[in-house]
Amino acid sequence: MIGRALIAEFEKLLGRDNVFADEADRHTYSYDAAVLDPVLPALVVRPTSSEGLGRSVRLCGENALPVTVRGAGTNLSGGTIPARGGVVIVTNGLNRILEINEADLYAVVEPGVVTARFAAAVESRGLFYPPDPGSQAVSTLGGNVAENAGGLRGLKYGVTGDYVLGLSFFDANGEIVKTGARTVKCVAGYNLAGLMVGSEGTLGVFDRIILKLIPIPAARKAMLAVFDDIAKACEAVSGIIADKIVPATLELMDNFTIRAVEDYGHAGLPVDAAALLLIEVDGHAAQVEEDASRVEAVCRGRGAMSLRVARTAAERDKVWEARRAALSALAKLKPTVVLEDATVPRSKIPAMMNSLEAIASRYRLTIGTFGHAGDGNLHPTILTDRRDRAEWSRVEAAIDAIFDEALKLGGTLSGEHGIGLAKSRFLEKETSRATILYSRRIKTALDPKNILNPGKIIGE
Amino acid sequence: MRSMKHLALLLREVEDQLVVCMRCGMCQSVCPLFAETGRESDVARGKLALLDGLMQEMFKDPAGVSDRLNRCLLCGSCAANCPSGVRVLDIFIKARAILGGYMGLSPLKKLLFRQMLARPALFDRIVEMGSRFQSLFIRSVDDLLGTSCARFQSPLGERHFKALAAVPLHVRTPALNAPAGGSGIKVGVFVGCLVDKVFPEVGEAVLKVLRHHEVGVFMPDGQACCGIPALSSGDLESYRALVRHNLSRFAPGEFDHLITPCATCTSTIRKIWPLMAGDLSAEERERVRLLSEKTLDVSQFLVDVLHAALAEGAEETGERRLITYHDPCHLRKSLGVYAQPRSLIRANPRYAFREMAEPDRCCGCGGSFNLQHYELSAAIGRRKRDNIAASGCSEVATGCPACMLQLSDMLSRAGDRVRVRHVVEVYAEALDDNRQS
Repeated sequence: MIGRALIAEFEKLLGRDNVFADEADRHTYSYDAAVLDPVLPALVVRPTSSEGLGRSVRLCGENALPVTVRGAGTNLSGGTIPARGGVVIVTNGLNRILEINEADLYAVVEPGVVTARFAAAVESRGLFYPPDPGSQAVSTLGGNVAENAGGLRGLKYGVTGDYVLGLSFFDANGEIVKTGARTVKCVAGYNLAGLMVGSEGTLGVFDRIILKLIPIPAARKAMLAVFDDIAKACEAVSGIIADKIVPATLELMDNFTIRAVEDYGHAGLPVDAAALLLIEVDGHAAQVEEDASRVEAVCRGRGAMSLRVARTAAERDKVWEARRAALSALAKLKPTVVLEDATVPRSKIPAMMNSLEAIASRYRLTIGTFGHAGDGNLHPTILTDRRDRAEWSRVEAAIDAIFDEALKLGGTLSGEHGIGLAKSRFLEKETSRATILYSRRIKTALDPKNILNPGKIIGE
Repeated sequence: MRSMKHLALLLREVEDQLVVCMRCGMCQSVCPLFAETGRESDVARGKLALLDGLMQEMFKDPAGVSDRLNRCLLCGSCAANCPSGVRVLDIFIKARAILGGYMGLSPLKKLLFRQMLARPALFDRIVEMGSRFQSLFIRSVDDLLGTSCARFQSPLGERHFKALAAVPLHVRTPALNAPAGGSGIKVGVFVGCLVDKVFPEVGEAVLKVLRHHEVGVFMPDGQACCGIPALSSGDLESYRALVRHNLSRFAPGEFDHLITPCATCTSTIRKIWPLMAGDLSAEERERVRLLSEKTLDVSQFLVDVLHAALAEGAEETGERRLITYHDPCHLRKSLGVYAQPRSLIRANPRYAFREMAEPDRCCGCGGSFNLQHYELSAAIGRRKRDNIAASGCSEVATGCPACMLQLSDMLSRAGDRVRVRHVVEVYAEALDDNRQS
């Protein structure tokens, strides 16, 4: 519990409206989008200035209170569940875009800026911020950096971490640390930004983020390839990559997902198809034309039954609407949705798809699979009802099996959702005992009282 | 107060719908209240988590949950945007009734709902009296918008409100039962409290349009409130009394469609009445079902059933006045009605239609939300006002009298010269032109 005096101190610092001590308010910060049990924080604070943020961290440090920083709470690995209680620091009051620099192609933002709002602001200046996590309408840039969030364009444009030029953050004592610069090149000092990206709030609290921007591609072309055999679709994915074409987006949908999307949105998808590939190439107009025809040739060569190219912006939107509807369509079928993101080398996608099918039947579960096939990042989505205990224990076993399979194929536990609480006990399997211990030594050195998001990623 | 166990048990009624929320947080991107406050308890995900927590007995603060549940406009933006299809409004309405019943109503609400609203004849008399004496307490602030404000410090605060009409509709036109004319269609008209008592001219426009199209009208006297103010405050008892009273006035056999000029009444009769019919008798449930199926918003009736349209495709020209349209949440998000009111406006050749930014963003009224949380309501309303002002239009039409109140308040307080009208008034005015030509 937190004493009245300390609450008063936070109130003095941040204003009474920004300190939530009531049980009901605290309860609304006890969960995130992961299917895990909620944990009630002792206090929730919402700073609206950089100074307020730093002094909040300091106050927590002085009182040895665990700190869980939360943007929008959309993450899928439990990273924002306050597992050890303590204080939740909400960053959505720090939501200013401080600078968009068109001459030098960078932007400076506060951590609570909503991703889609930032992308739109950048686009209105003719520039492009490519990372587009599925939750971008809600998720914050601070959270994206902390989780190293991905998205549909990861294949060609990389993930959030590829756009972080520099950072300032508060350490466990509330002191400001700066790393990186506004320049493309910067080798001044340790690459602390590299350490912070994907650290899930366990090493520091973001204050400002400098993000790289790029020119917006001049042309885009989307297409939809239909396959009667999922293996052929997977081979087409490998074929496109092997042919040295890098589409901006290369997405896969299995038959179960296709039917769910069609039932839900009547987009005109072929419900008999075993699999669909949704592909977008972008760049200069001439190159887009060439890439598109080569992609078409590869798909046909691997047995695509048909291939539709979007001729207009409206047709293009329709292709991506179908993809964006995938999770919604699946989510409507059952009360509980477990969205995994095991990732394998691209050449192993056919093997992974086979394994997922086998796992679904072995554990008698419904699994719809879609995802970013182009970068090997699949989203097997298990549909269940958590209240059905017998089924839920099969779900847990199936998740273990999915991880094991991904690792066996040389892949990783998480392509873009992070480790958080959900997968921390598996991390040693992917890495080694020494890796965990090494990581813990870093954590102990930087955060000796273990107040920064304790229990996440590397356990305790 | 009864035990938490008992409350948890009551909440089981909504459990199957509660578990559907996957806590993705997508509701944050569309919730007008969350945009103002950034507080998780103000957005659907947080409220659903609170209800779930109560049901699981994870904490014991029903009053706290009730407070947070009441901080909601019930605009339905979250439900319209929910990937999992959580029926947020159904859950909130039911939960408010459950918590309201569990904790009891405040004495003020008890007085307002049980002693006034639920007694339609008495309610009419009190309002008539209020109308007679209101000039002692209020003064006019804007002739164009017809708004007033309080002369003295008052519970209405800084509002610029529409005063009660000098003569309500039910006095001007007590009851009608006219047979179907050339159209061969007869409609029941559910007037709604605000149109009756504040905007009788909207009711008259409805009747005029129906006469023009030779539609028969069944408009019984003694109509009561649709019940949503009581229900959304958790007063199931008053709500039920009002539904029963209205059922006794509107026999479904008397007309082909039941139309209303109020987005909120339409949505309540169409969706909430059947949802909350569980404890009515079988016969009453059947009447509710029939009525609800027959209920249409007035613009929906005019466009979809009568195919009313006079001068389609009016373009913007210098001579025409610019008009824009605000989508009431209860029409667009709850009933999917958005094209019809726009067609009605375009049917008036005096105007050129121009869309404002975010036309379907909630105006912030939310019925009793405006009374309980005026500052938040006004903050949300200011964004609507800014969008209207930026459209450069001299008039704004909408399909809900509650939105009309809110828009008038916001525009009046900002000193804008923008008239607020109901779409049916805009359409009715076009009929005059038609007759002259």
